[in-house]
This record gives sequence, structure tokens and C-alpha cells, in this order.
Amino acid sequence: MSAWILDHLWLIPAVPFAASLIILSLPNAWRRSAAALAVTGQVAALGLSVIAFLPTVQTHGFRTAQNFTWFTFGDNGLRLGFVLDPLAAAMLLMISLVGLCIFVFSIGYMADDKNFVRFFAYLLFFSGAMLGVVIANSLLLLFISWELVGLASYLLIGFWIERPSAAAAAKKAFVTTRIGDMGFFLGMLWLYNRSGTLLFYDGGKGCLESAGLAMLGASATFIALLIFFGAVGKSGQFPLHVWLPDAMEGPTPVSALIHAATMVAAGVFLVARVYPLFSLGAINGVTSSLTVVVWIGVTTALMAALIAIAQADIKRILAYSTVSQLGLMMVSLGVGGVAAGIMHLLAHGFFKALLFLGSGSVIHGCHSEQDIRKMGGLRRFMPVTFLTYAIGMMALSGVPFFFSGGWTKEEILHATAHWPKSPVPYYLMLAGVVLTALYMTRQIIYVFFGNPRAAAKHAHESPRVMTTPLIALALGAILLSVVLTPAWPWLHEYLTGEAVHFEIGRLIQPALFVSLVLVGAGIGVGLWMYRKAGVQDGNRPAQIDPLEYAQPALFRFLENKMWIDELYARTVIAFSWMAARLSDWLDRYFWDGLVRGFGGIGQAFAMFTSGVDERGINAGVDETTVGARGLGRLLSAAHSGQIQIYLGVVAIGMLALLLLYAWLA
Amino acid sequence: MTPTLQAFVVVSAALFSIGLVAALSRRHAIFILIGIELMLAAANLNFIAFWRFAPQPHQPTGVMFAIFSIAISAAEAAVGLAMVIAVYRHYHTTNVDQLDQLKG
Amino acid sequence: MVGVITAIIFIPLLGTLAVCTWPQRNCRVIALIFNAISAACAVGLWRKFDATATGMQFVERHAWIPAINAEYLVGVDGLSLLLVLLTSLIVPFAFLARPVPADSRGFYATMLVMQSALYGTFTAQNFVLWFLFYEMSLIPAFLLIKIWGGENRDRAATKFFLYTFLGSVAMLLSFLGIYFAKGTFDFSALASLGKTGVLTGKVAWLAFAGIFIGLAVKVPLFPFHTWLPDAYQTAPTGVSMVLTGLLSKMGVYGFVRLLLPLFPNEIKIIGPWLLVLALCSIVFAPLAAWAQRDLKRMVAYLSINHLGYCMLALFAVTTSPTVAAKIDVHAALSGVFMQIFNHGITAATLFYFVGLLEQRRGARGIGDFGGLMQRTPLLCGWTSVAMFSSLGLPGLNGFIGEFLIFKGSFAIAASFTAIAVIGLLVTAIVFTRAMQLLFSGPLAESCSAFPDLLRGEKLVVVPVTLLMFAIGIAPQFMFNIFNTTVVQMARLFS
Repeated sequence: MSAWILDHLWLIPAVPFAASLIILSLPNAWRRSAAALAVTGQVAALGLSVIAFLPTVQTHGFRTAQNFTWFTFGDNGLRLGFVLDPLAAAMLLMISLVGLCIFVFSIGYMADDKNFVRFFAYLLFFSGAMLGVVIANSLLLLFISWELVGLASYLLIGFWIERPSAAAAAKKAFVTTRIGDMGFFLGMLWLYNRSGTLLFYDGGKGCLESAGLAMLGASATFIALLIFFGAVGKSGQFPLHVWLPDAMEGPTPVSALIHAATMVAAGVFLVARVYPLFSLGAINGVTSSLTVVVWIGVTTALMAALIAIAQADIKRILAYSTVSQLGLMMVSLGVGGVAAGIMHLLAHGFFKALLFLGSGSVIHGCHSEQDIRKMGGLRRFMPVTFLTYAIGMMALSGVPFFFSGGWTKEEILHATAHWPKSPVPYYLMLAGVVLTALYMTRQIIYVFFGNPRAAAKHAHESPRVMTTPLIALALGAILLSVVLTPAWPWLHEYLTGEAVHFEIGRLIQPALFVSLVLVGAGIGVGLWMYRKAGVQDGNRPAQIDPLEYAQPALFRFLENKMWIDELYARTVIAFSWMAARLSDWLDRYFWDGLVRGFGGIGQAFAMFTSGVDERGINAGVDETTVGARGLGRLLSAAHSGQIQIYLGVVAIGMLALLLLYAWLA
Repeated sequence: MTPTLQAFVVVSAALFSIGLVAALSRRHAIFILIGIELMLAAANLNFIAFWRFAPQPHQPTGVMFAIFSIAISAAEAAVGLAMVIAVYRHYHTTNVDQLDQLKG
Repeated sequence: MVGVITAIIFIPLLGTLAVCTWPQRNCRVIALIFNAISAACAVGLWRKFDATATGMQFVERHAWIPAINAEYLVGVDGLSLLLVLLTSLIVPFAFLARPVPADSRGFYATMLVMQSALYGTFTAQNFVLWFLFYEMSLIPAFLLIKIWGGENRDRAATKFFLYTFLGSVAMLLSFLGIYFAKGTFDFSALASLGKTGVLTGKVAWLAFAGIFIGLAVKVPLFPFHTWLPDAYQTAPTGVSMVLTGLLSKMGVYGFVRLLLPLFPNEIKIIGPWLLVLALCSIVFAPLAAWAQRDLKRMVAYLSINHLGYCMLALFAVTTSPTVAAKIDVHAALSGVFMQIFNHGITAATLFYFVGLLEQRRGARGIGDFGGLMQRTPLLCGWTSVAMFSSLGLPGLNGFIGEFLIFKGSFAIAASFTAIAVIGLLVTAIVFTRAMQLLFSGPLAESCSAFPDLLRGEKLVVVPVTLLMFAIGIAPQFMFNIFNTTVVQMARLFS
């Protein structure tokens, strides 16, 4: 079985693709078959992923690549391939498992949508592309899947295409990520140029293996940074993060699957995948490219966490939280904690999907209301959603011991604390931990506690088909902590390929207490600040946020996303649009004007020569011909046709000659 | 009295003038032809006369010219008459005043 | 198989006669039958083509005008075969385009003449013959725009004609100069002269400039492109398809076949400036496309951009200061050939879709539509495929060529190539904007009675789109056509 899957890795993305094509060709009314086929396809992908997972567990540091020639140009082959290693296998499992939960949830959530069939086709297409990203053994194949993932994201964000805002968000997402992708593309070209191959692992000749890396030299830093630029776009890192919150225009399951659990994590995965490029020539684990990764990650994490505090849309809060968490993962990768970053990625996949689906359930229950200020007290109407959401919130905030997010956050802080370059990121990360706990507490209080406000009056619990995935994901978020604990760091060592051994003593370490205190502080401050959120408190009206009341300017700044969108609209976008108008103008008036100018010169010359012709040369010829004709007419009058006159003239002529003769003689 | 060259030339000139007047004044094509024949006869008379009174009359040059000229005038008369007949058939007239198709 | 190329060239001319004598009603069928016959011959050529043999195949050589060494010399190598196949594909596709022009008999007859000229251009191997066909394509194009064009057709047609004709005259003069210097019109002989330097000094520069301008106008290369938006915008849909799909390829073909082999030294000297021109095509054209309101004009500008990539790769290959690595030259040339074919089918398909929209709406401004996805999902879906193909999405045909072009060019002219990705980005902006304005949002009142894709339209669209997917996913069958030619040409450049 395991040998079979190693030769047929291509099936893992191919099965969802094939199912997607079939669903796409189904008529719109075949909703049940579409849903059944989608779930079947995803189950098949999950099954294949599990089969592929098994051999990687049995051997430490397992890695197998399966390469093939895509096409031959000139006499050079371009080779692609699939790779299976712990990183890929763990990602495969997470993606297909979380994906399956979301598919099931969507059956309930999208039940009333008229384009139900198309929705599942897109979802499966996304699933196939994402699995392709994970098992690609070639940067080119990864890029191809990466772009297809982007396409799926574009289609799904704009799924409710009749909403102009959805279409605008889809466009924004596509273009913004493509800016990053262009960097990725250039990095790929550069890498291909230097190393002569795009295969990661190729029996020692791949670009991530020592021989390939040796050929890179100093360019590795630039290549790594260009590739990282692609990751910045896809993972919503500063300064290309602007698309991700807008992407929440898509249906909530899409937000959960693509813009929380999987696709946005692809950037982190990409950095992890080509990590040898980043760490090439590292001194003490620090390279300039990794330093850039750290600072971008820190900036993003902190900025997004701050913005999340002032948002009112339940999904936007989660979106900024995702941006922030992705920044956290980037920091982890940057400081050298690759395993920690990936573990957080996997754990985040579960609990963030859980939170998004929970928010979907809330939105569904509140009849498409997304503003948390209009909710409240939902814990009584939606107990299952509340409980699972609370688990997700704990995991995200990083409550230790029982929740997966706690342990992985721990690992990341641990790695950051030991970064030799600067202690600043560590302290900023600690601040981030407090902020995360704070905004999640705020959200929970607004949504589930207090008195039911406008939208919560007629709320109801969601159907079984939606709550079951919530429970499954909640269990995942808790159970994953078993393999994440420092006491039995199985996952850590599975990813790094070291031996596993159990040691209870590692549970107790100083960083843990720091983390515990910080999370406690965040939740405590949150509880204190927002205890009366949504109700009147002294002079503060009910609809005013406590922070807004206390610090209106700061709140406005955060609520408007630090005006980054506006800044871009006034600078980059305005500039590009001006460049476009200018190009058009230049074309119409300048370049074409030059051409017309040349044409005009030609025309003027033509007019001049024609004038000379008409008035000079031609007129002379005309005059001559007119004169000749007059003379001819005169002479022709003598030709009367009367022979006798001719004869008479001849006779007179003769006579004249005679007379002349006589006279001369 | 023996005739002199002058007498022949005078007769010839008279004959030519009569032919010329006939050719110019008559309107009938046949008469014009006759006039032309008269002028030719005048020319022949001149040929013979100048030959006869030439320094070497034993060479028959003048006679040769005259014989050629007579032959040509015979042919010309034949062609001329035929043309007159053809013209008559075509235009139903032989009045040369009306035959002005060659007008320029 | 001897004579098959001649057959391919002259069958469309027979078709012209047949169409002219046939009643108006059935002339499209007749035209398509003649297309099918010549296409069948082209496919036969492909089947019998020996992909591993170097040099020209199926050569036919007859004395023609011995006094000036002009021969009737036709033959195909990988590049010619590729373009012959493309011609066989695009012209019938253009016949099926909508809206159907009035007085279609003359239209089809003229198009067939143009097809014949195109086949001739792509197979002729002697300059005089080549130039004859090259010019022969110009006059039908002029007539097609002038007679069957839309608004401003006189102006556009005259501009198109004068522009291209001036270029042709410059080229002809240059070739006469070369002929008087070297006494040959034969392409292969000229190419081998090119290695040693055909001409020297000022004469070489003059000849180079003449040929360069002639071809640059045809491609078109910035800043010789201003005829193109007007011509493409005004021409009837089918003619726009042929103009962008095939006539522009004559320019690229000329660059590959004539200019680059003939003037390696001159190009090397002014290479960076040529690269700047290519870069301007790549960057300014999509920017201008972004600002267009007329869909056809938008697609026209993007055509300039896509051919700019071809020019970038060609100039990069020939201007590399050191001898470029073989793999990069191969990548660049293969990329150019792929791009020629891909752009041909993709741009033609885009024009076809614009034609469908125009036929339904009676207008083609980008703001004249809205919310089409709700009314015509199939039309929108297939149009999107063509758009994504054009913006170079992997999995579709456009990506392969662009990737290879960038791969080859980056190794040789890294900074130029790095700037050229702006073109890729702006193209994406243009298309996503178009999709947003056309397909999304509330359904526009004026579009509420649109029919979705009709059966006849599906029959046209589906095969072309499948071809896009086939090239995008498993492109080897395309590379087999020209790989040997690429290897052979690469030797010329190194």
C-alpha cells in the first residue's frame, strides 16, 4: 500500500481535480449528487493522504521524490516532480481533514444558495490545487499550483458575484497576491538560472540539496527574498495584507478553508519548503533574508492584532487575527524555529477553521448579521456553537496545557527568545500575545454574553450538519495538543526527523509561566474592559465601544485599519491609474501625434509638389496644346473637300512659281 | 517654213491651259478627267518637242518618256473612270461640288 | 508529398474563385470547405513532417525570374509548419466569428486571398517570393478594414495601409541593397552570409534600419504600434482575429527568419535600445489597455504586450554580451515559438468573444455590460478561460510560452526581464477589471435578454478552449514540432 502511494503521489491532487471537473459539468439542480461527489472526492483525498502519511511515520527523516519530464524544449528537459516528506505529509493530512469538515459544514451553510453545485466544484478545485502546492517537488509545479490556488480563491471570494463588493474584493485579492507572485516568479527564474534545476530533491542534484545550493552563492539571499515576497502576498503579510480582510466577502466556509486554514498558510509553507535557501550561509542561525522575514512577521503580527481590537465585523476580527497569526509563524521561521512555525500552522489550521465555521454558524443563526455589536447573549441560543467557539478562542489566545495553540505559541516564543540578533521581536511577540487574548475576549463577550441585542433576538442553533464539523474541529484543536506538548514532542521530532522520547519534566519551564501570565493578563484586561460592552455604562451609550469611549482617536485609527487602504489608494493605485491614463494619452496624442506629424509633413510636401505641377509645369503644357489646337483648326478650314479648289491652288502655286522663275531669270 | 520649238511650246502651253481651265471650271467629273488628259497630252507634246530639238535626237529618251506617260495616262483614265462610276453608284452624283467628304 | 505546400498555398485562391461564382447564401460553407481542404493538407504535412531532421523539408524549387535569382522556393521547417498550422486554425475560426459582415461573399473571398498570402509568407524561402506574399496579405487586409470595418474605417484602413506599406518599401529597398551587394535572395544563403557579416559600414546600418522598420511596424513594436489599436478596433471581428492571430506573426517570423540571422553585429551594438523598445511594448501597452473603454481596443493593446514578450526574448538572445548558455537560448526561442502560437489562438478567441458580446448588445464598451454572470454563465465562463489564458495562468497555454521566454531572457538580460514582469501584473489588472465590470454586480437592464452560448457558438468555442488546456497541461506535442528547429537556430546565435 505504502509502496503504491509513493508511485502514485499525483493522485492526491488529481482526484479532487477530477471530481471538480465532473461537478462543474453537472446541472444546477443536482445538488445532492454534487455534495455527495464533493465529500467523496475529499474523503478520497483524505484517505490517500493518510496512506501517504503512514510511511513517513515509520522512518525518521523519510523523504521520497518522484520526478518526471514535463516537456522538452530544444534538447533540454523541464522536469517536475512530487515529494513526500514529513512536512508534506503533515500538511496533506491537515488540509484534507480540515477541508472535509468544511465541506460538510458547507452543505448546511450553502443549502439555500442557487449556485450550490458550482460552489462545491470550486471548493474541490481549490482542494486539489492546495494539495498540489504541498506535494510539489519542483518550484515550478509549486508555482503552478500556487497560481491555481489563487484562481480558486479569486473565484470563491467573488462567488456571490451579484454583490459588487464581492467582485471588488476578488479582484483586489487576485491582483495583490499577484504582485507577490511576480516576486516569486522572478525568484524562481533566478534560482533556475543559477542552479539549473527547479526540482527540490533530485538524488543530490536538486536545488535544495548541497550541490545545488553551492551554485547559488551570494544570490541566495535575493532569491530567498523574492520568493518570500510571494509568500508575503499569499500569506497576507505587511505590506500586502490588505486583501485578506476584504476576502471575507466570500462565503464563510471559504473564509475558513482558504483564508484561514490552508491557502494563506501556503506562504508559511513555502518559506519552510525552501528554507535551505533562506538559511544558506547562516552564521549562528541568522541570515539577512531570515532577518527580513522576522521583521516583516513581527510588524504584521502586531499591527494586525491592534487593528483586530477595533473591528466590529465578526469575520474581519478573525481575518485580522489570521494575519496576525501568520506573522507569528513567519517570525518563528525567521528565528529558526521551522518546526515550531509549521506546528503552529497545523494547529492554527484547526482552530482557525473552527472559529470561522463558528462565526459562520453565528451568522447563519443571526440571519446574515455580521456586526458583533448587534449580537449578544448567544450562549443561551447556540450552546454547541458557543462551547466550540470558546475552545477555539482558548486555542487562539494560547491558553496552555489543553489547547493546541498554547503549546505551539509556547514553542515560537521560546525560539524567538533565543534569537541572537535582537531581543525586540521577543518583547513585541509578548505584547502580541496579550493583544490576541484581549481581542478574542472582546469578541466572545460581544457575541455570546450580555443581553441579546437586535440581531440576536431570533437566533437559533444551526443544524446538525453544521455543528458536527464544529465538534470535530474542536476535538482536533484539543487532541492535537497531545502530540504538541513539550513532554512528548512527537510532532516536533517527526518534522525535524529526530528521535522521540518522553520526558514529563519539560512541561515545566519558565517561559510557560510567562505565557500563562500574559494570556491571563490579556483575558483579564479584556473581561474588565468589556464587562459592560453593549450596555450603557455611566456616560457611555450602549452602542459605543468602551475603548472608543476612552480613546476615540486611537480607536478611529485602528478601526480604519491604520488607513493603509486609503494610503494605497492615494499612492500606488492612483499612481498606476495615472500611468495607465498617461500611456493611453501618450498613445493617442503623442506617439500617434508624431506619426500624424510625419504624415502631415508628407501631405504638405505633396501639396507643394502638386501646386508646382498644377500651376507651373502643367499650365505651360496646357497653353501649348491650346495654341496647337487653334492653329490646327485654322488650317483644317482650308480643307474644304472641294477638289477643284485644291487643284486651283496648285495651279496658282504653279503660276506663282513660273512668275518667280521668270522674275529671277 | 519649218516649225520651230517655240511653236510647239506655245501649242503645248495652250493645250495645257485649256486642260487646266476644263479641270478647274467644269463640275462634272468626266470633264475634269478630260481636262487632266488634255494637260497630260500637253506634257507629252513637250517631251516630244524637246527631244526632237535636242542636241542628240538619235537617243530615244523623249519618246520613251512619252510612251511611259501615255501608258500611265491610259491607266489613270481607266482607274479614274472606274472611280467616277463607283462614286456615282455611291452618291448618285458626279458633281464634284457635292463630293466634299474629305473636308478637314 | 511533393507539391503539397503549393497545394496549401493555392487552394484558398481556388476557394476565392469558387466563392465569387457561388450564390451569396452558401458562400460561407464553400469558404469553410476550402479551408478544410487546405487545413487537411497542412495536417498531412504535420503527420509526414520529420521532427528530427534539420533544414527545410518538402522543398519545391522552380526557376521563376532567373535574371534576379528569384526562384519559386517553398519549404517548411518547424517554425514554418507551426505557423501554417496556426493559419489553418485561425482563418476558419475567423469565418465563424460574429457579427457576420454584410455582403459576406466578397468578405470571404478577400479573406481567402489573405489566407493564401499568409500560407505563402510562412513557407516561401526566397526573398522575392516571400515579399510578394507579404505584400499580397496587405491589400486584402486593407480592403477588409476599408469595406467591412466599423466607425472611422477609412481613417484606420488608410493608416494601416500607409504604415505597413512604408515599412515594406523600406524593407524592399534594404533587400535590393543586399542583393546588389551579394547577389542572392535565398534565405538560407543569406543566413549563412549573416554569420560573416553581410554588409559592412553605413550600408549595413541602412539596410538594417530598413528591414527593422518594416518588421517592427508589422509586429508591431513600440513606438511603431499606433496603427494597431485603430485597425483592430475598427476591423470586423473576423478580421481582427486574423490580424492579431496571423498578420502580427508575419512580423515576428520576419525577425526570426531574416533580421536576426542577417545582422547579428548590428543588433549586438544597439541591442540594449532594442530591449528598451520591447520593454516599452510590454509595460506601456497593458497600461494603455487598462485605460480603454472599448473592449476590442483593450484586447488590441494586450496583443502589443504579448508580442513584446516575443521581442524581448529575441533581442535578449541576440544581444547577449557573452555567449549565452545553450539552455537559455533554447528556452527563449522555444518560448517565442510557443508564444506565437498561443497568442494566436488566445487573442483570436478573445476577439471572438468580444464579437459575441457585441452581437448581443450592439455595443462593446466596457461599461455597456454588467452582471452577465447571472444571465449567461457559460459565455462568462468560457470567456474567463480565454482571459486567464491570456494573462498567463498556469494550466493554460499562455503560461508555457511566457515562462520559457522569461526563463531564457532572465539569464541573459536580467534587469530588463525583471521590469517586464510589470507587464504580467498589469495584464492581470486589466483582465480582472474587465471581468469585474462585465460579469459581476447587478444584471444590467440592457443585458437582461441576452441568450447564453448558442449551440453553434459552443461548437466553435469548446475545441479551441480544449486546445488551450491541452497545450497548458501537456505541451510536448507542440514542442515536437519545432524542437529541432530551435536547436538549429540556437547554433546560429552562438
